[in-house]
Amino acid sequence: MQSRALQELEARAAVARLPGPRERWFDRGFRGGTKIVTWLVVLLSAYIVWEIGSNAWPAVRTFGPGFLTDSAWDPNNGRFGVLPQIWGTLYSSILALLMAGSVGLVIAVFLSEGFLPRRVESAFRYIVELLAAVPSVVYGLWGIHVVIPLLRPAANWLHEEFGWLPLFETSLSGPGLFPAALVLAIMVLPTVAAISQDAIRAVPDRMREAVYGMGATRWQAIGKVILPAAGSGIFGALVLGLGRALGETMALAMLVGNSNQISLSLFSPANTLAASLALNFPEAGILETQALMYAALILLAITLLVNLAGAWFVGRSARRLEGRL
Amino acid sequence: MRRTRNDRGGDTLKRSWRRPHTLLSGTLTGMAWLVALLACAPLFSVLYMLVVKGGARLGTEVFTELPPVAFEPGGGFGNAIVGTAVMVGIAAALSVPSGILTALYLREFGRGTKIANVARFCIKTLTGMPSILAGVFAYAAVVLLTGGYSAPAGGVALSLLMLPTVVLTAEEALGMVPKATREAAYGLGCTPTQVALKVVLPQALPGAMTGIMLAVARASGETAPLLFTALFSDYWINQLGRIELMEPTASLAVLIYNYSGMPFENQIELAWAASLVLVVLVMLFNAAGRALSAKQQRNR
Repeated sequence: MQSRALQELEARAAVARLPGPRERWFDRGFRGGTKIVTWLVVLLSAYIVWEIGSNAWPAVRTFGPGFLTDSAWDPNNGRFGVLPQIWGTLYSSILALLMAGSVGLVIAVFLSEGFLPRRVESAFRYIVELLAAVPSVVYGLWGIHVVIPLLRPAANWLHEEFGWLPLFETSLSGPGLFPAALVLAIMVLPTVAAISQDAIRAVPDRMREAVYGMGATRWQAIGKVILPAAGSGIFGALVLGLGRALGETMALAMLVGNSNQISLSLFSPANTLAASLALNFPEAGILETQALMYAALILLAITLLVNLAGAWFVGRSARRLEGRL
Repeated sequence: MRRTRNDRGGDTLKRSWRRPHTLLSGTLTGMAWLVALLACAPLFSVLYMLVVKGGARLGTEVFTELPPVAFEPGGGFGNAIVGTAVMVGIAAALSVPSGILTALYLREFGRGTKIANVARFCIKTLTGMPSILAGVFAYAAVVLLTGGYSAPAGGVALSLLMLPTVVLTAEEALGMVPKATREAAYGLGCTPTQVALKVVLPQALPGAMTGIMLAVARASGETAPLLFTALFSDYWINQLGRIELMEPTASLAVLIYNYSGMPFENQIELAWAASLVLVVLVMLFNAAGRALSAKQQRNR
């Protein structure tokens, strides 16, 4: 017995010892290595901006700010402008956000306020998350062969009956803004639903108990207390959803129709910044490549601003709710 | 004492559908159900189409044959599967080691330092970067430099999209390791590196693997970054017994994109079959990541 205890003590003494010189060198080297890699990640981010910026620079100098307000994209005559692309990007994203936002918010409430048994709730959540796992090119294929044929009769009926409204000015002959926005909405939905769910779950249970204790129905509690308390986070979720929609490329490139026009009509073909990059880059000449780099720089700036704003709102909501506890 | 309605027998505690706000509440719940079911419809529609249209074409030849030319029947996309695997492999080889090392610095060695905070900010910003811009960057940084479309250019573009996921999930997993474990290791005289590599990282490994799996799943489905970095190729990556990495390389995603708008029935069928293969691949990696994260939570 005693000898065994002694052995253990010795073994322990052998483990608990000061690191030797080689271990210390390795330690210093490894820690230095991770620091260098971290620096490289920072430099990489700067390099991305610099690389896109420097390639865009000739076009920035040639076209200047007029690039943003010119609506011609004419490689043959060297005239380039991205106003229609910016219009299409904003129009399709906002349309998608309207759809994804309303559905996503309902789903977030539905999945976090105890409407369903736990099991069903997590099954639903899994399905919504799977929506995000489907690659965008598959959504594009699905959009071409399912969504557009499905929408066409309804769209053309709307055009015939309400053609005097600018929204239904044109008929839907193939690709168009609305099918693209609809598919975009499906792709943005998981982002909006997931982040708003986090915001709603972060609302302290005490607040719920207090409202229910006052005799409120579930929807009164949701509408008057829970949603307002999570408001900032939900807004942040919408902004981050917008950030995703603005940068989404493939589904739009396949469904939006690649036509540089500014139209209010939901069914006319349009274009977006990201889609025109995807569609024009492979065959672009030198001048057009520079103009596309300029467009990429604009896209980078827009998405950066929107994402930073979204992250700020989400962070503020989390901080506030924690402070309230 | 005033008599309230409740004193008369508590009937107001029973739910009566005639009371307006009960009715409103019920209606809203019904609508919420409707919206939730509506939101599931696209997923089932996509899966249905994949199984019906893609499944009809799926056979061994799609895995072993090359893409057909315009009017040719048959064919497959074996080279695209290989190309996707090669490029995702390159991307993982670039992003996983650097991502894990960065996460170690952010959480273990350089926690709270200025550079760690700047790096975390950069990585979070990178998360929101549109995938097409990764392609634009890789075009400028790799394609223009090496003078041609290639598999490494596609891999670099994909690695940019994988890196943030790998770093952020690994960092989170490292943060979940209890502080007491670390203290015990330090108490035994371990160096910070030994603590990180032999004690903390093994415990955080399932969580970090989740991030890697999710990143791989995402990267295999990405199309936009490959369009003008890897382009596409109708041939195998190994020609005449040599592996040609510095040539345009096929990928499943770009194949689907190229064939989706073609007027030929054969190509469209192949696009559906390729979509089915791609979605199964992506879902497998997703499920693996999910299983690992469930394991991590059980361990805690």
